[in-house]
Amino acid sequence: MATAVEVRDLKAWFGKTEALHGINMVVESNHATAVIGPSGCGKSTFIRCLNRMHETNPVARAEGEVKVGSMDIYGMPAVDVRRKVGMVFQKPNPFPSMSIYDNVAAGLKLNGTRNHKTLDDVVERSLQQAALWEEVKDTLKKKSGASLSGGQQQRLCIARALAVNPEVMLMDEPCSALDPISTAKIEDLIFELKQKLTIVIVTHNMQQASRVAEFTGFFLMGNLVEFDRTEKIFTNPSDKRTEDYITGRFG
Amino acid sequence: MPSNYVQFRRRFTDYLATFVAAGLSTIVVGTLVAIFAYLVIKGGGSVNWAFLTHTPKPVGEIGGGMANAIVGSAMILGMGSLIGIPFGIGAGIYLAEYGRNRLGALVRFTADVLNGVPSIVIGLVAFSLVVVRQGHFSAFAGGVALAIMMVPMVARTTEEMLLLVPQAVREAAFGLGVPQWRTTMSITLATARAGILTGIMLAFARIAGETAPLMFTALGNQFWSFSANQPIAAVPLQIYTYALSPYDDWHRQAWAGALVLVALIVGTIALVRFLFGRSILREVS
Amino acid sequence: MGSTESPKISLVNTAPKAPAWGRSIFNLDFAFKTLMLLAALTVLAVVGLIVVELLQRSALAWQKFGFHFFVTSAWDPVAGEFGALPFIFGTIVSSILALVIAVPLAMAVAVFVTEMCPKPLRKPISFATELLAAIPSVIYGLWAIFILVPLLRVYVAPLLARYFSWTGLFSGPMYGYSMLAAGTVMAIMIIPIISSITREVLAVVPQHQREAALALGATRWEMIRIGVLKNARAGIIGAIILGLGRALGETIAVTLVIGNTPQIAKSLFAPGYTMASVIANEFNEATDSLYVSALIEIGLALFIVTVIVNILAQLLVWTATRGAPARSNA
Repeated sequence: MATAVEVRDLKAWFGKTEALHGINMVVESNHATAVIGPSGCGKSTFIRCLNRMHETNPVARAEGEVKVGSMDIYGMPAVDVRRKVGMVFQKPNPFPSMSIYDNVAAGLKLNGTRNHKTLDDVVERSLQQAALWEEVKDTLKKKSGASLSGGQQQRLCIARALAVNPEVMLMDEPCSALDPISTAKIEDLIFELKQKLTIVIVTHNMQQASRVAEFTGFFLMGNLVEFDRTEKIFTNPSDKRTEDYITGRFG
Repeated sequence: MPSNYVQFRRRFTDYLATFVAAGLSTIVVGTLVAIFAYLVIKGGGSVNWAFLTHTPKPVGEIGGGMANAIVGSAMILGMGSLIGIPFGIGAGIYLAEYGRNRLGALVRFTADVLNGVPSIVIGLVAFSLVVVRQGHFSAFAGGVALAIMMVPMVARTTEEMLLLVPQAVREAAFGLGVPQWRTTMSITLATARAGILTGIMLAFARIAGETAPLMFTALGNQFWSFSANQPIAAVPLQIYTYALSPYDDWHRQAWAGALVLVALIVGTIALVRFLFGRSILREVS
Repeated sequence: MGSTESPKISLVNTAPKAPAWGRSIFNLDFAFKTLMLLAALTVLAVVGLIVVELLQRSALAWQKFGFHFFVTSAWDPVAGEFGALPFIFGTIVSSILALVIAVPLAMAVAVFVTEMCPKPLRKPISFATELLAAIPSVIYGLWAIFILVPLLRVYVAPLLARYFSWTGLFSGPMYGYSMLAAGTVMAIMIIPIISSITREVLAVVPQHQREAALALGATRWEMIRIGVLKNARAGIIGAIILGLGRALGETIAVTLVIGNTPQIAKSLFAPGYTMASVIANEFNEATDSLYVSALIEIGLALFIVTVIVNILAQLLVWTATRGAPARSNA
């Protein structure tokens, strides 16, 4: 079951600096929404507010309303939010001291699942959803999470995030550290995943945004300048700043 | 959905972990406070002018002081530093400026090993090297023991501080035609001087409190001695002797000596940390 | 000058070749380098001297007793019988006891300061730990004699005897000067080193590991457990072994409270003797050359053991922090 994300007047600070100035956005369920913009525009900050990772920085602060489905994520424990809203990071970060199996199962084990059969099933399901199963099914418990290639590691991280059955998946430039083939694999993955979850993907690669996302939001200097269907953003943007960015005049 | 019990247990464990960590940390800090408190309580009243200027009285008599031990410590530390610091800095310069090779790695490794050798073993070696050959205990032997301890400490911190000097600084000098040796002495060393000084001060603070290396070298002395060739008193040695003794008055003086010693050492450390932000624990490891 | 490049810094390669006209300058450069080299070689010389002198002066005892020296427990200088087993036993037991007490405390401080405590508390707590490291051994000993030992004898020992005597470790009379006292004071002394190295090792764990755990919905403790501690395992063990190395060589404080009785006893209430303590206590009283030689042989054994332990620990810590130990910023 996928859920829409509703963001209302979201502001974020790092210490005294206001990084996001009142963002309003609605993310459609079962679709992929891309977040684009030049470096420093706040896209990573924005996405990290959606699973309350932003506040893990001791000087960071956020205000406003974010609802995932009917949940107000700022009105519930952050730990619970992050089970519903998963995240994949720019640099793949599997736990090197754990096997592939343990990596995928990590979230489940934390939530108290002990039953081996359940764990086995979920691990297999998640790895299949992440299109990694065939490659690792024989070495699940023997190889460490860090012994895979970059692209495989990222898919492992996706599997790990999928294992706890989130409703929304946040992806912060998931392919920027990967080679083109791995990137293509992950983009294919996003197509599949969309059917079950809602995806929000930050990307600095505009071609990627147009490939995978139905909706795109353009951020600039902490503001959401324009938000619309991807084709419209890339072929006929309403705002001049969007057009300048798309056409490469800056960024 | 995971059960409420599991979620409760997780939150509880989280709080418990924080509680336990905070509690144990409090115990550690509390122990420190306890030690300092007792030093002040037991020794504070006895640190007076007489204590600092008189020599020990004969066994059983009340009064007297540790003046000879203070002077003795100063002499031994002085000798130890005189030998240890130059060799230490020299070794540190070698390691930083010329030592990125196998020999340098060996020296570096050996220095680290030396830093871990128990000080009593160093005392045995100084005994063997100096006392046996000279035929008598002496302040000089004590100085040698402390110098042996100082060299690897000072060498490693000097190296570390020199490595922090950006290559650009050296290259600026080279570009002006300054030869290698001059660059190192006048420029690189000068740039790193604050850090090197702290390394020396920390090493000094560490060996100032050492007792074991002095037990078989300087031996200790009831009376004034200003000779490098005779046994001499030292504050840590004196504290040790008094602590072992059955006399209450000597115990009292041991506390006083301990307070003076700790005040000097902690003062040095605090000064170093305050001025330069460095930690003594870098030397200990 | 053609030194080998290190991957981190390139140094002397950029030094200018000595100009042909400045032969005097060239000599000075060479002289300077040689001088520094000699200073560096003294480090090697010192270790060499340690080994040589210890070997030489322990030769007498080695020739007389051979390997039996380390497995015999009779220590009777008057009769000329020297067996080092009680001291080896005492060293090992007191060190292990020290670790058992120190490791949880040191780890707690390290984790608390690095991951849990509010920022303003960091510096004071780490400074306090540092001060513990700065206190000389003799002062720990003094404090232990007059404060710790009575405390253990009057309050702690009866409790231990009542609830834990089934272990066999807490039987017999407790006069204060005991293995328990020695282990406790040693523990306090090694907490700073274990804690400080652990802090460095924890600080080097990349932030993205913590974030990976948090993003899965981990609580803070769970994040520390799977994202930090697991990753720092090797380094933590290294820190503990470094603490062990320190404990093995600890002399003065132990000598003052362990009771100095060469015996092998099961109870921690009983007095004991360590390798370092027997040397400290008896060296200056040792009358004949065999006695002295035996003590020096113990010193040699202590040297070898601490060197091995320290090397092992350094290796572990080095692999965890990749050579350049991270500065603990707290």
